[in-house]
Amino acid sequence: MNRYPLWKYLLVLVVFILGLVYTLPNFYGESPAVQVLPLRANLKADNALLQRVDDALKAANLNAEGAALDPTSVKVRFNSADSQLKAKDILQAKLGDDYMVALNLQSRSPQWLTAMNARPMYLGLDLRGGVHFLLQIDMKGALDKAMEAASGDMRSILRDQNIAYSGVSRDGRVVTVKFRDAETRSKGAVELKQRFGGLAFNDKNEGNEILLLATLKPEEEKRIQESAVQQNLVTLRNRVNELGVAEPIIQQQGVDRIVVQLPGVLDTAHAKDILGRTATLEVRLVDDEHKFTEGSAAPFGTEMFKDRDGTMLLVKKSVLLTGERINDAQPGFDSRSNEPAVHINLDSAGTRKFKEATRENVGKRMAIVLFEKGKGEVVTAPVIREEIGGGRVQISGQMNTKEANDISLLLRAGALAAPMEIIEERTVGPSLGADNIVRGFRSTQIGFVAIAIFMIAYYLMFGVVSVLALGANLLLLVALLSMLQATLTLPGMAGIALTLGMAIDANVLINERIREELRNGNTPQASIHAGYEHAFRTILDSNITTLIAGIALFMFGSGAVRGFAVVLCLGILTSMFSAVLISRALVNLIYGRKLRLTNISIG
Amino acid sequence: MEFFKINRNIPFMSYGRYTTTISLVTFILAVFFIATKGLNFGVDFTGGTVMEVHYSQTADLNKVRGQLTDMGLHDVLVQNFGSSHDVLLQVSLKQNVVGAKLSEQILDKLRQQDASVEMRRVEFVGPQVGKDLVENGALALLLVSIGIACYLWVRFEWKFGLAAIIANLHDVIIIIGFFAFFQWDFSLTVLAALLAVLGYSVNESVVVFDRIRENFRKMRKTEVAEIIDNAITRTMSRTIITHLCTQMMVTAMLFLGGETLHYFALALTIGILFSIYSSVLVASPLLMLMGVSREDFIKTEKVAEEVLP
Repeated sequence: MNRYPLWKYLLVLVVFILGLVYTLPNFYGESPAVQVLPLRANLKADNALLQRVDDALKAANLNAEGAALDPTSVKVRFNSADSQLKAKDILQAKLGDDYMVALNLQSRSPQWLTAMNARPMYLGLDLRGGVHFLLQIDMKGALDKAMEAASGDMRSILRDQNIAYSGVSRDGRVVTVKFRDAETRSKGAVELKQRFGGLAFNDKNEGNEILLLATLKPEEEKRIQESAVQQNLVTLRNRVNELGVAEPIIQQQGVDRIVVQLPGVLDTAHAKDILGRTATLEVRLVDDEHKFTEGSAAPFGTEMFKDRDGTMLLVKKSVLLTGERINDAQPGFDSRSNEPAVHINLDSAGTRKFKEATRENVGKRMAIVLFEKGKGEVVTAPVIREEIGGGRVQISGQMNTKEANDISLLLRAGALAAPMEIIEERTVGPSLGADNIVRGFRSTQIGFVAIAIFMIAYYLMFGVVSVLALGANLLLLVALLSMLQATLTLPGMAGIALTLGMAIDANVLINERIREELRNGNTPQASIHAGYEHAFRTILDSNITTLIAGIALFMFGSGAVRGFAVVLCLGILTSMFSAVLISRALVNLIYGRKLRLTNISIG
Repeated sequence: MEFFKINRNIPFMSYGRYTTTISLVTFILAVFFIATKGLNFGVDFTGGTVMEVHYSQTADLNKVRGQLTDMGLHDVLVQNFGSSHDVLLQVSLKQNVVGAKLSEQILDKLRQQDASVEMRRVEFVGPQVGKDLVENGALALLLVSIGIACYLWVRFEWKFGLAAIIANLHDVIIIIGFFAFFQWDFSLTVLAALLAVLGYSVNESVVVFDRIRENFRKMRKTEVAEIIDNAITRTMSRTIITHLCTQMMVTAMLFLGGETLHYFALALTIGILFSIYSSVLVASPLLMLMGVSREDFIKTEKVAEEVLP
């Protein structure tokens, strides 16, 4: 009765070997490395780049442990942090601004492991060192700004349409327009409703005042909030690139928050400066009259900027329009040709200025330049076809949908980034990170050894089986964490220790049950069988309740706590497998074949 | 080796009155301390700045305090942390100079005196974050309680679910009571430990309940109290051994895991101790009190038989 069919043994064996293979990369450790990433769309990480990096390093007499090419970057490993730093400086100088050269850690595991996607566990910031920021976007500010812009536009529309009004004022997110009589109000309402699709208009009479109240429709509010988050994400990504950080994490959390994690970064002051910097946008004319060559001085009154493909453009110094005049920029389609386009909305003062500027410069090119840290980049440089009044500008032609999207995001990032505030910072120095790893590892190790000694002393052979099953549990858990590349934090390491401590419960349950069956006078084989059968239901119940706690922690926890929850949940799964299947397989191998079993070693 | 060779049932249920009284008293004490002393919430919840710095020589705490006072920071907690070379600074949000840049200013100031100061860790938490964390924590606690109660209801009977969840919330309240009494640092990791305890100590009750159910089926003519006594006595060995093993792991964390894991392990230790007690001496008497009977299972068994193929 205590025999497994062959496939069950094979299943256990296959899972065990897989676990072994995927745990393996964790033993090789990591070497300091340099990662080279192309920053422009037309540059690719290819063999030519690999060759260039190789040559540059050879010329400087730096010995690399190995260089590898992946889809987005070139990575070079070194044997010391010193040559890593040297290499970074050399490569950055050689490759210029078009490439990002970042410090990184690279697994030392052999090629065949990397090829099967076996990587070491992904360590969280509290273990590898680095900085974590949580930024909150000022949504109230963004919405107020939108309403302020709308109130300005209302004034100019009413003026242009010759509709008499006696005042437009904004109080929070409500714009109030005063009219002299109800008739002009309804006329004004029709006009305004047509122009402002995102606003809701309501009539109101207060005393003898005839008012029209405009508020944001909920869906418009949501759209503004979403685009505020999106534009901030884009801005942050661009800025983090500049910091030269390998594997940064920039993602939205909740409605109005953004998490930025920069592994290895310690100069938090510098990081904060760069993240908190404001970008500005300027519209200028392109100087197509002068001929110029790259590297020569720009003619008087002009400046040279690169566009996003890296080509140089000569741009006049005088500014037609600044970013504050832009209310919104959205990707869309040209209404006639149906080509992808970017629609820009200007405020009333901007509309006037833009009308003048376009009238005088039909046929010329204008450049929209994004300035960050005093460095400009041309986002787009379209030709002015005709005089543009009304404040609605459309840029189209020569772009695909993705480009239209990118351009409008960049425009918004420069023009109306909603302000952000750092509301949480967690920085861990590399020495503390290393200490944390040692501490977590040592406590797990000592706890495991203590449990092993006790179990073997108390349950003899069955104790050995339990300890082997527990070891397999640890192996599978580490393999699973490596496979999923879940972030391992210090509480996560505590989670590993805790799940091991809890997983032994299943084996204790089984062993105690077998002893009890033996005491009741059953034969050894029957006792083993009954022990496993009876214990299984209890094990299932108790593990599911812990799983419920783990899932809730995962749903509501953040950061480090979430790391703990992930380990807890995965640990429950692996411990079910190892305590029930693996330990049973071992016991079956040891005792299952003996027909006349008179004595088992269970203490 | 065998520690527990008990042949007769230990009459746990006849002690019911005493144990319930003890539980009630500890519970009321815990609530009392939580209410009067309050919890010493860590920076995770209250907001503020915590810095850990490392000096190459023994750090002079008074000098550090003086430097901070120079900066206009009067109410800063400065203390040694682990060794005499490590210093922990805690600035609450009440100070006027709140903000993400504070940590750099402090570090610059400390470096003026001793260039060897090494930044080990900085945590800044704004006021908005703390509030969310408290809400999410409470919500998680509630959700876990309901989830576990529902699961036990489906698996056993509503009486079991209710008894288990009362017993385990009693554990959680007592752990929080300890943290209030000793004014230990109540951080986010401690909260995680609380939830883990909730999931873990339910195990205890589940094991005993499983045995009670089994006994109801096997021991047809026995009194309810004796059935429960038998279930507890039979599972006692397992309870003690399991907790001993888990506690070995937790003890290793308590002493070797460093400051972050210390309070985590402490919460688990208290949780483990009380969960032994509460599953045996709180959950089971509650079950009796609610009038669990054989009929509860005969009914469910019939349903189960119909479902089975």
